[in-house]
Amino acid sequence: MELLRIATAGAVDDGKSTLLGRLLYDSKSVLADTLAAVERTSAERGDEQTNLALLTDGLRAEREQGITIDVAYRYFSTPVRSFILADTPGHVQYTRNMVTGASTADVAIVLVDARRGLTEQSRRHAFLAALLRVPHVVLCVNKVDLVDFDAEVYVGIAAEFAAVASRLGLPEVTAIPVSALHGDNVVHPSARTPWYGGPALLEHLESVTVAADTNPADTRLPVQYVIRPQSPAYPDYRGYAGSVASGVLRVGDPVTVLPSGLRTTVRAIDTFDGPVDEAVARMAVTVRLADDIDVARGDVLVGSGRSPRVTQDLAGTICWMQSAPLRPGARVRVKSTTRTVRAVVRSLNSRIDVRSFTEADATELGLNDIGRISLRTAAPVVVDDYADNRVTGGFLLIDDATGTTAGAGMVARAS
Amino acid sequence: MGVGVTGLLTAVEPVPAEALSGRRLSHLDVLESEAVHVIREVVAESARPVLLFSGGKDSAVLLHLARKAFWPAPVPFPLLHVDTGHNFPEVLAFRDALVARLGLRLVVAAVQDSIDAGRVVDRPGASRNPLQTVTLLDAIAANGYDAVFGGARRDEEKARAKERVVSVRDEFGQWEPRNQRPELWNLYNARHSPGEHVRVFPMSNWTELDVWRYVAGESLELPDIYYAHRREVFERAGMLLCPGEGSRPRADEPVRERTVRFRTVGDMSCTGAVSSTARTPAEVAIEIAATRITERGATRADDRASEAAMEDRKREGYF
Repeated sequence: MELLRIATAGAVDDGKSTLLGRLLYDSKSVLADTLAAVERTSAERGDEQTNLALLTDGLRAEREQGITIDVAYRYFSTPVRSFILADTPGHVQYTRNMVTGASTADVAIVLVDARRGLTEQSRRHAFLAALLRVPHVVLCVNKVDLVDFDAEVYVGIAAEFAAVASRLGLPEVTAIPVSALHGDNVVHPSARTPWYGGPALLEHLESVTVAADTNPADTRLPVQYVIRPQSPAYPDYRGYAGSVASGVLRVGDPVTVLPSGLRTTVRAIDTFDGPVDEAVARMAVTVRLADDIDVARGDVLVGSGRSPRVTQDLAGTICWMQSAPLRPGARVRVKSTTRTVRAVVRSLNSRIDVRSFTEADATELGLNDIGRISLRTAAPVVVDDYADNRVTGGFLLIDDATGTTAGAGMVARAS
Repeated sequence: MGVGVTGLLTAVEPVPAEALSGRRLSHLDVLESEAVHVIREVVAESARPVLLFSGGKDSAVLLHLARKAFWPAPVPFPLLHVDTGHNFPEVLAFRDALVARLGLRLVVAAVQDSIDAGRVVDRPGASRNPLQTVTLLDAIAANGYDAVFGGARRDEEKARAKERVVSVRDEFGQWEPRNQRPELWNLYNARHSPGEHVRVFPMSNWTELDVWRYVAGESLELPDIYYAHRREVFERAGMLLCPGEGSRPRADEPVRERTVRFRTVGDMSCTGAVSSTARTPAEVAIEIAATRITERGATRADDRASEAAMEDRKREGYF
């Protein structure tokens, strides 16, 4: 069984929580006692129907205010696939949550209200899905029951979204007409949309192709930890523990250790369950090398394919995630793969308007702003362009004083 | 109409063919690797890590994942058991045997000591579960632990569903759900100020069913009470409780012997058994796949108290 990660985004009233509730409920992923609690709360609140949004709003403040505050993770499975669903709030001020959910997503679900069509929010969601390079986007045109299941409404919105997607370079988009409240085309195909020939949402999620590795040609393994038991059984063992970021690492492969540039070959790939001949993307393994060379946490073992960049000049698009604004000259820490280095913001090149998708000069980036910056790091980092590699191309900006995660960046060559 | 079909929008960057071929990891492989990645990352970035170990299935899986993360080196941190004193003897025996067999270091922080020191007040006949928070936070402070691994899963409970994998606790041990660090890609930030610590949940993305399939696949040993056995129980509020210290049956609660197993193993006074004939991990997995009641709903009296019971406990520093 495969794992599929989904991120959902929608504005406050688009019915996102209801859609997820419907997906969980109709796929029989909600158990009886959970449902009973939701029914009880719904009745106490005077809701006409069982409020399926209560299935996902987990915090007291969320239930009280009827809004989703923070990313919530939900789990469900069908006989075909196991799903992790990151439910992200749609408020304007919570871009950071959408970026968070989208960073690991295989599929992003963007929700629009059929009566209102694309809004500033939907454009923002599409933009963020494109920015984070989510491989697939599903547009759910919700509340089609409120437009009398009118095909033209759906077609108009889908076409408008297609234009946005193509402008953003979104790779694959599927548009589905749904009614989350009544369940049309969520888990079960609807008889009320005879003009729609595509799959219901769940069928689509079960069948959409997932690439386990978005950059299979370039092999990288960032070293997390050096394993040296120094025990009677393993007196001289020295292994480099880490997760394969992309590509395939095989025993006997020549590898280059970056940033040092030292070259050696893979002598063994060890796991608790015994040695393996090869390790593919996402596998956590321990690599032994043929030569006794200096390798430490933060180094990257690079195998076949193109070489990553080793640089102290890091440029990229960032999403700023804390209220104190980011200005040129700011000192931060950059965490890239397993390496954390000090850095200074050399320049703030632009702010991106997520409504018009245009760039303009900026003197600072505020909370939830997206912009292009250039950094100078105190030590070299080993990176790929985010467009080529979502693992080695993403980085965190960490506030030097508080240690909190202040921003997220995606490596791109400065233009 | 002719337009209302899927694929209305065309792909500009199709998935590369080689990404679709080759070795595919199963969802359990992915969850295991993800957990090992988190454990290694946090140990590399912290000074004094510790693993919360109750002897329950989630902590047993977590310990197994920690062994995998550092093999062939030993697990580079101790285990911490917050002991309510209301233990299932089978679980304590399992805990001690496992610790001895693997040569691990176990630190026991006893709620009784917190009661004796006047740090918390025991209410006779009530669960000691909420009292554990004080004992846990005292143990973390006394030992200077700065990274505390726990086996909690997001699917257990809706407040847990909002939790980060690496979650900062302030100097009072408190969780502030509205001000959590964003967590992106597989980049985890365990940085914290002196006096603060991080709680780390490497199994955040596991479900109860995943745990049992993993236990079956790895042939992991667990306390016997997870499997069907005969036991004297009494029924209270729809739950099957064991008579014992902290949970005495009332006159209208007859004690009967039934075939049961435990879905969770916690404080004996508030942990219920379920009727079951499942005798192996594989049989338990089949039973879990078919169940219509959640793990905590079936077995934890304390979570039934209110809609926000877990959120409130978590905010104060609970596991």
